[in-house]
Amino acid sequence: MASQIDEQQVQHVASLAKLKFTDAELSEFTPQLESIIDLFETLEKVDTTGVKPMTSATDQVNVMREDVAVNSNQREALLKNAPEAENGYIKVPAIIDESGDAE
Amino acid sequence: MNFETTIGLEVHVEMKTNSKIFSPSPVQFGAEPNANTNVIDWGYPGVLPATNKGVVENGIRAALALHAEIEPHQHFDRKNYFYPDNPKAYQISQSVSPLGHDGWVEIEVEGEKKKIGIAEMHIEEDAGKNTHSPNGYSYVDLNRQGTPLIEIVSKPDISSADEAYAYLEALRERIQFTGISDVKMEEGSMRVDVNISIRPVGSDKYGTKTELKNLNSFNYVKKGLLFEEQRQQRVLMSGGEIGQETRRYDETTGQTILMRVKEGSDDYRYFPEPDLPSLEISDAWIKEIGDAMPQMPNNRRERYINELGLTEYDAMVLTQTKEMSDFFEATVADGADAKLASNYLQGDVNAYLNDEQVDLADTKLTPANLAGMINLINDGTISSKMAKKVFKGILEGENPAEYVKAHGLVQLSDPAQLQPIIDEILSNNEQSVADFKNGKDRAVGFLVGQIMKQTKGQANPSVVNQLLMKSLQAL
Repeated sequence: MASQIDEQQVQHVASLAKLKFTDAELSEFTPQLESIIDLFETLEKVDTTGVKPMTSATDQVNVMREDVAVNSNQREALLKNAPEAENGYIKVPAIIDESGDAE
Repeated sequence: MNFETTIGLEVHVEMKTNSKIFSPSPVQFGAEPNANTNVIDWGYPGVLPATNKGVVENGIRAALALHAEIEPHQHFDRKNYFYPDNPKAYQISQSVSPLGHDGWVEIEVEGEKKKIGIAEMHIEEDAGKNTHSPNGYSYVDLNRQGTPLIEIVSKPDISSADEAYAYLEALRERIQFTGISDVKMEEGSMRVDVNISIRPVGSDKYGTKTELKNLNSFNYVKKGLLFEEQRQQRVLMSGGEIGQETRRYDETTGQTILMRVKEGSDDYRYFPEPDLPSLEISDAWIKEIGDAMPQMPNNRRERYINELGLTEYDAMVLTQTKEMSDFFEATVADGADAKLASNYLQGDVNAYLNDEQVDLADTKLTPANLAGMINLINDGTISSKMAKKVFKGILEGENPAEYVKAHGLVQLSDPAQLQPIIDEILSNNEQSVADFKNGKDRAVGFLVGQIMKQTKGQANPSVVNQLLMKSLQAL
């Protein structure tokens, strides 16, 4: 089957996942990813005419909770698991990137 | 060359629910950092989100207020990105099946009415907040993480900065009247991202658009767009090209400054959220929510004018906030004259709120007490001058009738009580009486003043005037 993905694309996908690959890893993973894509190509051959897209593994719908607030009172325990904390905040290396807010 | 402008707005509105969209942590402004968080907000392994029914209902309310079609089959999607304020490394949002689509709001600019389309609106979670410090660290507070948001995306129908401003006003007004959000830009419960492009008139292809950030008020949105519109025109007229870039509005210079150039579109790798079951929105549910919705401001204005006899201006001022409008309606429901209630709210009450920089809800004023005071004026129990004192009392939550009694503010309207006082004043001020006889009308004012002084301001001025004139003419 024709090449579906090249090393540059694998590099791009890796960087989106915050991963860094060595050249050796790149040449190892690229064919592996390619065979995964081949697998999906095979799956795509199945005739799905009239089949509704599946968006959930459960057929339950409208499972919701009422809008009631519960305070966990777990702040100190949670902060203990943070690599660093100060004055109730999680302390992280400065990352200046304006794209952080939900968009 | 003449250009036409196309503006797009993405508005995020924070809902004021009790709890977060996918976790039961409280939604509350101004709490200690990370106090309103739990393991779900922190994205701990193995935790499961659960959808807040109130958020879905609020989304339906917003969709109804913006005349949008509501999607009957909805699911959530994951939007993937890394940032410290987003501990799961994904935001749960709606991409494929947004809650609402194809809505509209009506705006009016320079007397021209226009409908601005809403492409889609969806519910999603907010991120936490980073505070950058010059010491090389950022401090993360996840209190806001998971606060329910509704994002509203306009269609490319907006063609000027003024229209963008009017659209935001219309949006804020309608959302505010649903009661789902405070929609205050200064508190971050309403956030606006804009994009703008221009193209030669008649061209069927949109120009390259730039995005503007740091627009912290409607006014800055307007100014930023005006500057950007002209900047793009200058670039194109001088033979240049518009870059696909994000620009920051500088409040001090009123200019937009290049932040970064965008290469390609963002790659968020959306996929259906596996941890949340999908939503089926029935017509019955929509109807139930719609039937219980507060009336929208345009309908309220019509009612105030047609049923309560207010002027268009009064109706406009009273419907600037839902809080004021609700307060007015409750005051009228408590038996107050509509015109007087309107006057008091726009006059004394608004002046007080402005002086103290507070909202109605922060005061102890109640519709029942305001109505009570207005009725005391109407039936002559107190004068409008006394009402000034009573007003201070009801601002402190006091019952107007009891306040009047406790402070001896009852107006003297009984002629049998007033006549002897008038007679006494007349006999003590022969000169004024003579002046009056000689045609000096000013003498009347002096005599009324004496009577008011004698009664410690409690005499009913119109009764005093009547009785005094009668007595003077009989002399």
